[in-house]
Amino acid sequence: MAGGVSSSGGHSVSSAYAAVRNWLLAPSWITIAIFMLGPVLLMAVYSFLTKEFRGGVLWEFSLASYDQFFFDRGLFGDEPPKLHWTYLAIYLRSFIQASVATLLCLAIGFPTAYFIATRPASTRMVWLFLITIPYWVNLLIRTVSMKFLIRDTGPINEWLISFGLLEAPIKMVNTDFAVQLGLFYSYLPFMVLPIYAAVERYDFALSEAAADLYADRWTTLWLVLLPAVRPGIIAGCILVFVPSLGAFLAPDLLGGAKNFMIGSLIEEQFKGAAGNWPFGAACAMVLLTMVLVAVFLYARQQAANARGGG
Amino acid sequence: MSTGIRKPARKIDLRRYPGFVHLAVFCMIILYAPLLIVAVYSFNASTSITLWGGFSLQWYEEVFFGLESAKFKDAAWNSFTIAISAAVVSTCFATSAALGMLRAGEFRGRPVSFALINLPLMVPEIVTAVATLIFFNWINFERGIGTILVAHIVFCIPFAYLPIAARLEGISGIYEQAALDLYATRWEAFRLVLLPLMAPGVLSGFLLAFIISLDDFIITNFVKGAGVETLPTAIFGAVKQGIKPNIMAISTLLLVLSFIFVTLSWLIGRMGTDSGRAAD
Repeated sequence: MAGGVSSSGGHSVSSAYAAVRNWLLAPSWITIAIFMLGPVLLMAVYSFLTKEFRGGVLWEFSLASYDQFFFDRGLFGDEPPKLHWTYLAIYLRSFIQASVATLLCLAIGFPTAYFIATRPASTRMVWLFLITIPYWVNLLIRTVSMKFLIRDTGPINEWLISFGLLEAPIKMVNTDFAVQLGLFYSYLPFMVLPIYAAVERYDFALSEAAADLYADRWTTLWLVLLPAVRPGIIAGCILVFVPSLGAFLAPDLLGGAKNFMIGSLIEEQFKGAAGNWPFGAACAMVLLTMVLVAVFLYARQQAANARGGG
Repeated sequence: MSTGIRKPARKIDLRRYPGFVHLAVFCMIILYAPLLIVAVYSFNASTSITLWGGFSLQWYEEVFFGLESAKFKDAAWNSFTIAISAAVVSTCFATSAALGMLRAGEFRGRPVSFALINLPLMVPEIVTAVATLIFFNWINFERGIGTILVAHIVFCIPFAYLPIAARLEGISGIYEQAALDLYATRWEAFRLVLLPLMAPGVLSGFLLAFIISLDDFIITNFVKGAGVETLPTAIFGAVKQGIKPNIMAISTLLLVLSFIFVTLSWLIGRMGTDSGRAAD
């Protein structure tokens, strides 16, 4: 297979680097530990603190944030706790929208990735290049462009009206449809690239073998190709699902006030009128937990695959 | 590679699935239509945004010399200063980390080290933004360019790391070994042999870090101080008032810039990899 044991090229080279390994790694370790790991842990602590007016915190332990998130104790806080649906509903809706976005991206992204990977080398590079560009174009600009395209007075509505196909513009902006479209559009390239990488490594002799055994091409797709490229598919799904779940730009620009998602809820606790930092930290903790569970399941799957394929 | 497969004597091409080509084209249309339409309309002479009134560069003129030009120039200056600084620092850190991870042999903490370097990729942006804001607030660090820069360096490290590590993995140790055998010092072997070999990866990493920093909105929006704007936050603020033609002109300029950077990164990344690929 590719790679092989490449580190065997003389021990003195690698021992030269091994002697200073910690010094080489230290700048990245320290920067990320102090400014990323530390802040996330601090955020976890903040979620258990008491809210002060004007966005500050009091250093007193409190479960109020999680209580506010999960339970409803009535107006005066003395009723028996019931599940509180306001925030859970936002999370549930975000979860559903992120899942739908992931499925849509998969439905379009898989055939695209497969198509690109089966092109001859010359045209493949062109396709791959075309799919890479949106990957690196500013997400804000892409979202604004989508809003421009689908708004009431945007090109789509104007064209349809000028061709006489419509009487009045279709209202697309500020709907769940727009958010869904925005998520799908934002993260589509994230699905294509990992699946492409997996299909490129796929050995088509397997498809040949399946055909020799009288499988038609769709059976081959389902029973041979898909299982073989599954790691790529799962990686693509994670890359779409995780940023979709915490997305801020698509719901904020395309969805408007009614189509709140997790990202907007968290943002409002820090930048908006709500100004409740511990609660915002708790919301972020719930989101982080959801994401880490997904990443953990993925890692376990990978490990199982590695063992099974080993 | 798959060159060993005998030519199939079949009537149908097993690799082809009907409809896949249409979906691929549809995918490209979805990805490019909004960007291209905005680019076309940015040259629209009409003040009405959606009706075509002939070709004109007036919105570009407005971007550079109009009423709001000072605001966007400041924002662009901040964005580029931060992006260049963050890319330089994170590329140095990432290069050093890649050497430590891939050139220094096996070591026990390797999985942990890998996870730490890639941590910024795993945590959702909004969570990073919140955590960083809380942190800077807690240590009483005044928010401004400095806080944006630090936050950008952190999330640029893994982006710079990936192409550098990918490049480094493909370079055999024998070249440096040869240099050492010929009485080069370790430093000379690194500087004169390994560094030139890994330079395309380093440049690629630098360009990607630069563009990632330039693009960031969410984290910047949280950690920037009042009155400090980068291009994305300035654009976001302006879009809240409605999509004006000058925004479309700025978007198109940034689109072109991204295009140039991806192309450069692509060309540099592929530089000299063909021999490396053949060895796989």
